[in-house]
Amino acid sequence: MATTTVTQTPTAQRPATRAKRRWGATVVGVLILGVMLFPLYWMLNTALQPEAGLLEVSPIPHGVDMSGFTSAIREQGGHLLTSLAVAFGAVTICLAIAAPAAYGLAQFRLRGTRTIVFGTLITQMVPGIVIANALYSAYVDLGLVNSYFGLMLADASLGIPFAIVLMRSFMVAIPREVIEAAEVDGAGRLRTFVQVVLPMSRNSLITAGLFSFLYAWSDFMFALTLNTTDDVKPVTLGIYQYIGAHVGDWGSVMAASVLSAIPAAVLLVLAQKYIAAGITGGSVK
Amino acid sequence: MSTTTASATAPAADHPTTTVKKPDPARARRRRRLSQWGFIAPAVLFMVLFFGYPLVRNVLMSFQDYSPSTFFDGKAPFNGTDNWSKVFQDDLFGKALWHTVVFTIGSLIGQFGIGLALAVFFTKRFPLNGVLRSLILLPWLVPMVVSGIVWRRILDQDTGVLNSFLDTFGLGGATPWLTSPGMALFSVILVNIWIGIPFNMVILYGGLQEVPKELYEAASLDGASAWRTFRSITLPLLKPVITVVLVLGFMSTVKILDLILALTDGGPADSTQTLGTLTYQNSFVQLDFGAGAVVGNVLILISAVFAVFYLRANRSEGK
Repeated sequence: MATTTVTQTPTAQRPATRAKRRWGATVVGVLILGVMLFPLYWMLNTALQPEAGLLEVSPIPHGVDMSGFTSAIREQGGHLLTSLAVAFGAVTICLAIAAPAAYGLAQFRLRGTRTIVFGTLITQMVPGIVIANALYSAYVDLGLVNSYFGLMLADASLGIPFAIVLMRSFMVAIPREVIEAAEVDGAGRLRTFVQVVLPMSRNSLITAGLFSFLYAWSDFMFALTLNTTDDVKPVTLGIYQYIGAHVGDWGSVMAASVLSAIPAAVLLVLAQKYIAAGITGGSVK
Repeated sequence: MSTTTASATAPAADHPTTTVKKPDPARARRRRRLSQWGFIAPAVLFMVLFFGYPLVRNVLMSFQDYSPSTFFDGKAPFNGTDNWSKVFQDDLFGKALWHTVVFTIGSLIGQFGIGLALAVFFTKRFPLNGVLRSLILLPWLVPMVVSGIVWRRILDQDTGVLNSFLDTFGLGGATPWLTSPGMALFSVILVNIWIGIPFNMVILYGGLQEVPKELYEAASLDGASAWRTFRSITLPLLKPVITVVLVLGFMSTVKILDLILALTDGGPADSTQTLGTLTYQNSFVQLDFGAGAVVGNVLILISAVFAVFYLRANRSEGK
């Protein structure tokens, strides 16, 4: 494409100026990124100067003060662990339910599967607060309020429809011959699924797991509505109540915020291709 | 595409399992179907319990009288349309509805406009493009309630960095971003635009990658301007993706709760109260779940209308 433009246009630029212009775009890109990530920088910056947290914060921290982080870990550390436990629990439930369903909906010819696929699309549109509204009274009756398992189940609901849609669109592409070959070799349906289908779908499994982790980790609404005591308090709820109680202690609040943003940052660095695939794959396809 | 491949090859697949293994084909088929449903049933059960049940329950609740004591004695008598008329007669409902409309439309325009501009920008080839593009995702990945709290600090009237920044350029400098009823909704929209840009950008960028390069070459041979090319080639081909982005953006914006609670808690003077926060307020603060259910049902109704759009858009995608 570049060559055609060069030969066709009389005002073709020489390579040197072109290269300069490309680096110019990089500069613009860095500026855009700077604006977009500024709030996150500010979060870190404020966390590192706790004594200034009440007043104006200087643009760059003068030296590193970790006291915000120590008090954040002291007061929010337990909630971080709760978040981790709930998120991993939710991912496990989500994948255990969604992966077989995705396979079944992709490969079996059963009556009603179209309706179910349609249903998964619809469920992604039910407002969470509506679910919480009805779930709360059911949870009271079932004794699931203030329980880890209850919150894991509710958080799994954030990822399950998405995971089914995502993995199904992947598993549809698995050739039937591969599955038949396994079954002819004497593998049962379940063994075929575990030993052939799951390994082949590894990427979509990782993407679905990653997203259900992020959804559960970020969940605030179910944590807020399905818990009435402090027994099960993820860090999102912890931070929210923190600003209510210690509105002056911004250094610690920001330090806790930084800690709660770490999974996102880590995942972005380690698994960016899965994240990009998840954002586009789960919605457009 | 999926259904055709499945239906084309499946009849052939029936034979090995039915004829080789079992003498009675009808029974074998039934058993096979049962074991196949075993894969799907847990998901169906889960979705019925966590989506179907709440939808039905919410409708029922909107005709029931819930009070704080309901959770002790379990009594929530049906009270006809009392909840509905109570909610609709309250000025707050109208306000919340209006705020929801403004919040949703404002957010969508901002997110989409900036997201599209960034997507187009990143289709240029330049060094570090990929790294910058993936780092821009970060705001979308951070828990929304955390973003809300960070922005609350930034937008603080007296000690927030935005005002001190504006002050150094002599541009006001003491704007009550979140504490004046006139400004708060605007500020909340601004923050939500920031949150939504990465999502819009990524999907639109993906869509732009699908546009055949030859079309751009042809356009440049014809001497079309950049704007003309964008309008006559990019936009029409991007249309299905644009529909999906807007509908998904709508669905996630219309029900937002975390962000508003973290930024303003619906205040000041209910100026950022939306249908989402009002449902929460009614149910979990006033403990009037009947009234909460009414607002929730309105929210469902609005979402349902757009769900139809979404499914239409999805189908025209060729699914």
